[in-house]
Amino acid sequence: MRRLFVARLAQSLIVVLIVTTISFFVIRSAPGDPFSYDAPNVTPAIREHWRAQFGYDRPLPEQFARYVTSAAHGQLGYSFQLHEDVSTALAQAIPRTLLLTGVSLGLSFILGLVIGVAQAVRRGRWFDRLSSGVLMLLYSLPDFWGALMVLLVFAYWWPILPAGNIVDQVLHDYMSPWQAFIDRVRHLVLPVASLTLLTMAGISRYQRAAMLEVLPSDFIRTARAKGLPERQIIWRHAFRTALTPMVTMLGLLLPALLGGALFVEKVFSWPGMGWLAANAIAARDYDLVTAIVIVGSIMVVIGNVLADLLHVAIDPRIRE
Amino acid sequence: MLPSIRGFVSSESNVAPAFGRLVRHPSARWGLGVIALLVLAASIGPFFSSYSCVEQLDIVNLKNAPPSWPHPFGTDQYSRDVLTRVLCGARVSLAVATLAVLLSMTLGTAYGLIAGFVGGRLDNAMMRILDGCLSIPRVLLLIAVLTLWERVPIGGLIVLLGATGWFGVSRLVRAETISAKQLDYVAAARAIGASDTRILWRHLLPNVISPVIVAATLAVGNVIALEAGLSYLGIGARAPTASWGSIFFDGVESGVAFFAGNWWVVLFPGIAIVVTVLAFNVLGDALRDVLDPRQLHLAQPWTDDKK
Repeated sequence: MRRLFVARLAQSLIVVLIVTTISFFVIRSAPGDPFSYDAPNVTPAIREHWRAQFGYDRPLPEQFARYVTSAAHGQLGYSFQLHEDVSTALAQAIPRTLLLTGVSLGLSFILGLVIGVAQAVRRGRWFDRLSSGVLMLLYSLPDFWGALMVLLVFAYWWPILPAGNIVDQVLHDYMSPWQAFIDRVRHLVLPVASLTLLTMAGISRYQRAAMLEVLPSDFIRTARAKGLPERQIIWRHAFRTALTPMVTMLGLLLPALLGGALFVEKVFSWPGMGWLAANAIAARDYDLVTAIVIVGSIMVVIGNVLADLLHVAIDPRIRE
Repeated sequence: MLPSIRGFVSSESNVAPAFGRLVRHPSARWGLGVIALLVLAASIGPFFSSYSCVEQLDIVNLKNAPPSWPHPFGTDQYSRDVLTRVLCGARVSLAVATLAVLLSMTLGTAYGLIAGFVGGRLDNAMMRILDGCLSIPRVLLLIAVLTLWERVPIGGLIVLLGATGWFGVSRLVRAETISAKQLDYVAAARAIGASDTRILWRHLLPNVISPVIVAATLAVGNVIALEAGLSYLGIGARAPTASWGSIFFDGVESGVAFFAGNWWVVLFPGIAIVVTVLAFNVLGDALRDVLDPRQLHLAQPWTDDKK
């Protein structure tokens, strides 16, 4: 177990290095740089001076070597758009994105697993057919459009929840702790609901398929023959076995979840990493964009390692 | 016919006989029918409209007009007829997605076949690179490239969507190749002196193609949604080209308190996208049933419970 962990960690490090290389060269080889914005009073000489000062005039391989060295020391560069260190900006945005994606992921798994099991047990009956149809529809909704529709219905047509941001911009500072908490929750509901509906659909589809694969197994028949109650057969025997492929699914889900969160953050002006990325890219904030792509990838890699370890923990067959 | 036996005796693909089974599959019929209708609407629809895709009809009186008889889907903020733009957008969205998926499936199949067939160190190195590529959130990378290069033409968009979409497929193809190359017919082909190229083309490719077809069908829906998302951010298909996503962009561009007042600009193209993506997903599921008998009991939401 420990050797496996170390090997997996070493592999992940290589993956992160590859990701860093790809994102660095893709972003730097684009035309323009942070100093090529339109401003009549900035002369070419001044631009050249700034470029030299920040090392943008050096050959790409040298810039890359410098970037990797400083990144390894924890310095991710300076955001010219926000006028602060990239790490400061990210330190603010990452927890917000983690909150949004974490809550959605948790809810999606709970709802998706339960629905998937319920469908598999009632296979072919009206509940299965109806919910499969609805879930297929949800599965086919583009992230941003689903979010836009949720926003339209629950923030404009029937305005019961706030349309965006993480807290009330005016009143939040004047609220009592309890009111402030409620305020946060109210702002969280719509983005989380949008992301959850879309993610849950995929999970329950897989869980249904995994359950259907497990249910005809011999050990389920044995459990039935022993006379165990149906509830126990489904949840203790079948469900736990069908959970194993779902852990692999968790690893595959993360990049899509981050991508989905990007659109949801954009629609609901949720100031997390996706929202930060959208603004940083428009402003050609090189260091910030590079850092966001790398951090996003690292989050995916960490998620994959965790999924692998979880896999080992719950599946005795692959433990040595 | 059991899959293992078929794999044992012949290297023929099961794609052709599967077509007959596909048209008898009820949800596949639905999916195929909707896709056929969409292609028809995209190719001849715009000719039946009395407006052109980009014509600004009356920028004063018809700005953001709600749905009415002459304009069933309303008009956008430049007074263009939204129904006509949805029909024109169908051309762009369908074409972009199909071509991008064609590209990514070709890349992915080639990469996976080579890695799986050669094996050893090359395979190992190729898989590590693939792990790296799979860890980059695709949306983030696409947004970065599309924004930094500014005004990427539609051809460039297709190439980008294709070039970032092949990682998962090549993994699938590699796994299939590895298991297929251990089968006896490959040994038999080798024994009668077939070259590597011939084995790859004639024996392995037809055998790994079924999952690629399924993945491709599902990917078309996915890429349509992705392209719409990018265009919604204003970096996919650029104005005045109508794609389903760029119609939203024109609708919501004006700020946050945007579209409660002109929801039709967002609702109707969105429904077009959802119906299309749904049709491709349903067809993809049906194709999986038909092409991969091993999974016959899996993932069939609507059909066939007699087995």
